[in-house]
Amino acid sequence: MPDTPSPQGPFLQTPSQTVGPFFGYALPYPGGPDVAPPWHPDAVRFHGTVYDGAGDPVPDAVVEIWHADAAGRPIAVRGSLERDGHGVTGFGRTAVDRDGHYAFTTIKPGAARPDAAPHVLVTVFARGLTHHLFTRAYFADEDERNARDPFLASVDASRRGTLIAEADASGGYRFDIRLQGDGETVFLQFEGVAR
Amino acid sequence: MTDIDRDEPEIHAGLEPAADRVVVGGQPTLEQATISAEIAERHRAVREDASAAGRAVPVHPPRDFAPYRSTTLRHPTHELVRAHPEEIELVSPAFGHTDVAAEEGDLTIQHTGEPLGERIIVTGRILDGDGRPVRNQLVEIWQANAAGRYVHKRDQHPAPLDPNFTGVGRVITGDDGGYRLTTIKPGAYPWKNHRNAWRPAHIHFSFFGSAFTQRLITQMYFPGDPLFALDPIYQSIVDPAARERLVARYDHDVSEPEWALGYRWDVVLTGSRATWMEPEDADHA
Repeated sequence: MPDTPSPQGPFLQTPSQTVGPFFGYALPYPGGPDVAPPWHPDAVRFHGTVYDGAGDPVPDAVVEIWHADAAGRPIAVRGSLERDGHGVTGFGRTAVDRDGHYAFTTIKPGAARPDAAPHVLVTVFARGLTHHLFTRAYFADEDERNARDPFLASVDASRRGTLIAEADASGGYRFDIRLQGDGETVFLQFEGVAR
Repeated sequence: MTDIDRDEPEIHAGLEPAADRVVVGGQPTLEQATISAEIAERHRAVREDASAAGRAVPVHPPRDFAPYRSTTLRHPTHELVRAHPEEIELVSPAFGHTDVAAEEGDLTIQHTGEPLGERIIVTGRILDGDGRPVRNQLVEIWQANAAGRYVHKRDQHPAPLDPNFTGVGRVITGDDGGYRLTTIKPGAYPWKNHRNAWRPAHIHFSFFGSAFTQRLITQMYFPGDPLFALDPIYQSIVDPAARERLVARYDHDVSEPEWALGYRWDVVLTGSRATWMEPEDADHA
């Protein structure tokens, strides 16, 4: 491929550093978890718990989600920081609580292509994490599309389940994130992106 | 001001209290010399792995970096799984000037009085890996005050809070990818990774690129800090040239007479195009 970017190229990449422990008064913002207004007819809860390698909840992570609209298209609407109480911007951010739990109100995105399954891009930052982690949450009630999705097919079957958000009793979706150990979540290395 | 009370103090770390983290009189017993030796050993191992694989030393820190103790239970042990970015991942949320008030870029005017400390200007450009400006994107910062204290309930450093300084700012980049912030030079502060551990003065920065895959949170440092060699967070970046890219440079042309010292710090996010790059070793390597 021509002009492949290189970390040693002319534009030298800036390295990551941990978000640290003291982001709590800076990164979370009012409305951050409200990607869709709660009254939206298709609003669902998207939530889960972040666990460490000992199986303990991580109390100081910040989670971001980013997803397409119900038709699978990117959303170019402003207002992710200053929610207007109407729009759905596709972006949300929240800190986990003391029990490692995070929760967003959003809509379920659509699939971008006939052979792709709908998903939410989930990004995790935490104290002790030197560089954020990307993962994707697919939906348990999309069996057919999930089965056709080429990325899901490329994931080791024994770990694929870590990418599936389960439907919960309230009509929402639960997506737990395990940073390490048993049931360790599949984290992503995007092509074209240096680690 | 939201969620001030979210976090646990460093010492909890979600870690079992390993023998080397026993706290005596409020101080861990683990010595700097041990941490420094661990840093040197980890650097050597990462360089050897890169060399054996015929690759450059990675730009980003390994997530498994034990001298920074909180990484121990928080790094994945499986290799990251390669994914081709989908369309949504190649765009970013639309931020704009409606999201951020102009005065949010000046951290010295958020209260009725002037904050204490050395007033500074930090400016630079945000570029992607191909050198294109990252326009109209959100930059967020947070930092300690001049005494090294964060406005955060769990920050127990016995240094004074400044009623005129919160330490949080936001700006939207201009057409040239430029940003400009006015703030106070933060102080160094102690933490409990090991005995007598001090973080070099730094400002936390959060960036969005034109693609979500370019997302970056990092820390900017100041030139000549004597704590660089000792700090396992700064040293978690193995490549010394990459580490130095986190250090702003003093720029006299940015300084304003009778007002503020100027620092310039340019930032390069990863390339925005879905071009292939060889993956590196697993995090546990």
